[in-house]
Amino acid sequence: MKTIAKTGNEAMAYAMKQINPDVVAAYPITPATEIVQIFSNYVADGEVDTEFVAVESEHSALSACVGASLAGGRVMTSTASQGLALMHEILYIAAGNRLPIVIALVNRSLSAPINIHCDHSDTMGSREAGWMQLYCANSQEAYDSLIIALKVAEQTAVPAIVSTDAFIISHAMERLEVLEDEEVQRFIGEYKPRFSALDLENPKTFGPLDLQDYFFEHKRAQIDDFSKVLGTYNKVAQEYAELSGRYYPALEEYKTDDADVAIFTAGSTADTAKEVVDGLREQGRKMGLVRMRMWRPLPVEEIKAALGKFKAVAVMDRSDTMADFGGPVFLETRGILYDAKKKPLLTDYVYGLGGRNIDISDILRVYDEIEQVVKQGKIDKLITYLGVRGEE
Amino acid sequence: MTPAKASSRKTSFSPMIHSYLRMDERFPHVWCPGCGIGIVFGALIHAVHELKIPKKKLLLASGIGCTSRMPGYLDADTFHVLHGRALAAATGVKLARPDMEVVVVGGDGDMLAIGGNHFIHTARRNIGMTCIVLNNYNYAMTGGQQSPTTPRDMFATTAPYGAIDDPVDACLLASGAGAAFVARTTTYNFVQLKRLIKTALSRKGFRLLEVVAQCPTIFGRLNRIPTPKDLVTWIKAHTVTLEAAKKMDAKELEDKVVTGVFVDREVEEYSERYARLVKKVRNAH
Repeated sequence: MKTIAKTGNEAMAYAMKQINPDVVAAYPITPATEIVQIFSNYVADGEVDTEFVAVESEHSALSACVGASLAGGRVMTSTASQGLALMHEILYIAAGNRLPIVIALVNRSLSAPINIHCDHSDTMGSREAGWMQLYCANSQEAYDSLIIALKVAEQTAVPAIVSTDAFIISHAMERLEVLEDEEVQRFIGEYKPRFSALDLENPKTFGPLDLQDYFFEHKRAQIDDFSKVLGTYNKVAQEYAELSGRYYPALEEYKTDDADVAIFTAGSTADTAKEVVDGLREQGRKMGLVRMRMWRPLPVEEIKAALGKFKAVAVMDRSDTMADFGGPVFLETRGILYDAKKKPLLTDYVYGLGGRNIDISDILRVYDEIEQVVKQGKIDKLITYLGVRGEE
Repeated sequence: MTPAKASSRKTSFSPMIHSYLRMDERFPHVWCPGCGIGIVFGALIHAVHELKIPKKKLLLASGIGCTSRMPGYLDADTFHVLHGRALAAATGVKLARPDMEVVVVGGDGDMLAIGGNHFIHTARRNIGMTCIVLNNYNYAMTGGQQSPTTPRDMFATTAPYGAIDDPVDACLLASGAGAAFVARTTTYNFVQLKRLIKTALSRKGFRLLEVVAQCPTIFGRLNRIPTPKDLVTWIKAHTVTLEAAKKMDAKELEDKVVTGVFVDREVEEYSERYARLVKKVRNAH
């Protein structure tokens, strides 16, 4: 174990180096370019054994990854925003063929209008693609999560996206503890694919036409495999904690034991909210934080148990569903809580779209308002667009 | 960043150029000092002005990249779409509004890599638009990755030992696809650049103008030609005219950029053909 200073992008590139994948195919996109850029230096300097493929679009990048993964390789790539959107159809191909590709992603708004800053609309738009999703709160977590995600992906044959917040994490330098290369290699082990196109003794066909006769059974089997991801994740996260001393639950609770209200949010905002919670507790106000880390698969029972304790919860969503019903975390959380024995009053704050800054005073305001909801026993405003000019 | 007020700044730019720019709303621009994009943008404005194309008839479209920021600064109808998709979006505009003078600008990465497919098919259809590909040999906006035009053995951040791929020739590609007008120049030759844009704007069908331009900040530094002057001089030193090239052998032409007009022929413009079909089908019912 050693301590170094790295940005989120550098941390993810470093984890990729230690994972030493067989193939990385990528296309540049702000703000994730650096990840593969740095990684390409590791390739050029002979520090990894990876075949690095510079392709002509993200569509081709993930397609090349699919080919490499079908051939039995350990495969990674990196992208953001429009890049993930352009990969969209290949996301389904990778998941449907059970290819455990891992994407080191930086969350950035989707165009139009064009914007290069953080929100979660890119990955939230890919929720149904059959990929595990982990949202990280800082560089340390991004580094650790890539290693964890790779192992979970390969054990479950489910691909994974590990994401950080554009610029806030991707470009900010932080103190970081990293494992030794050999420790990472021992932890992830050798990748043994269930099936490989390069098994010449037992030739296989992947992704052929599958109509009304068997498509449904194959999809059901994929869904069934997906349902095993959370259990595998819990086991692998525990193993990783034993190795590194850092444990990352699928859903994190912060100072929630005696709290009446909580914010439920993800990414770097959760780390800022922890500061706010500490300050509130110094004032004697018992408020907590629940951090969404894994959003695919949904940790349903964990969410029920964690949020069921509160009188009121404010969800903070960094994207919108365009369903005229707030953000995706709110919408899905409401669904999860529908049959919970105890459930809180639930409101939604859509915030920070296109990188709009979220600071301590904004989060304090949300805590003040959710406290008011408890006092009144009812919700006045279900969905708030936090800090939008012309709105408030 | 506080946008500078054009009126409060002493400048040598002509008022004519200013009248085509969103000086108060959008400046200062994002381009690096010494970048070649400004030269191409200036030539485009001069050409539009001299041909008296009304602003209301001008549509400038782009995808993503340094060059693609141009529409944000032009005071006309402009749009900035997805990476590589400007020609596809502009095709829609031309079919809906054949009266518009459609100009599409983009870099080598935008037009020839991610948008390469659209490039071929827009040229093949000969839909009426002028496409200016500003070739600076790399993906500059994202930090200098190797692009489809990076010359062999030149450096990019993803080619630390020099590019091993053979580059694509945009002019050959457009010629092969059937474009009506295909030409190439460089930012060194401003007079030729302006003249070729004017010629392109006055032709029918798909018109490609490739402009080899300097990117001193990224490409220049990676290749140890970091000053704009040296890089433009380097471009000039590697340039030969089409006439001169005819007298040179393959070996001599190996590292040369050939400038001039490669294709200039009359074609039937696609939106006219399309309108005729619509008329014919409607009349049949």
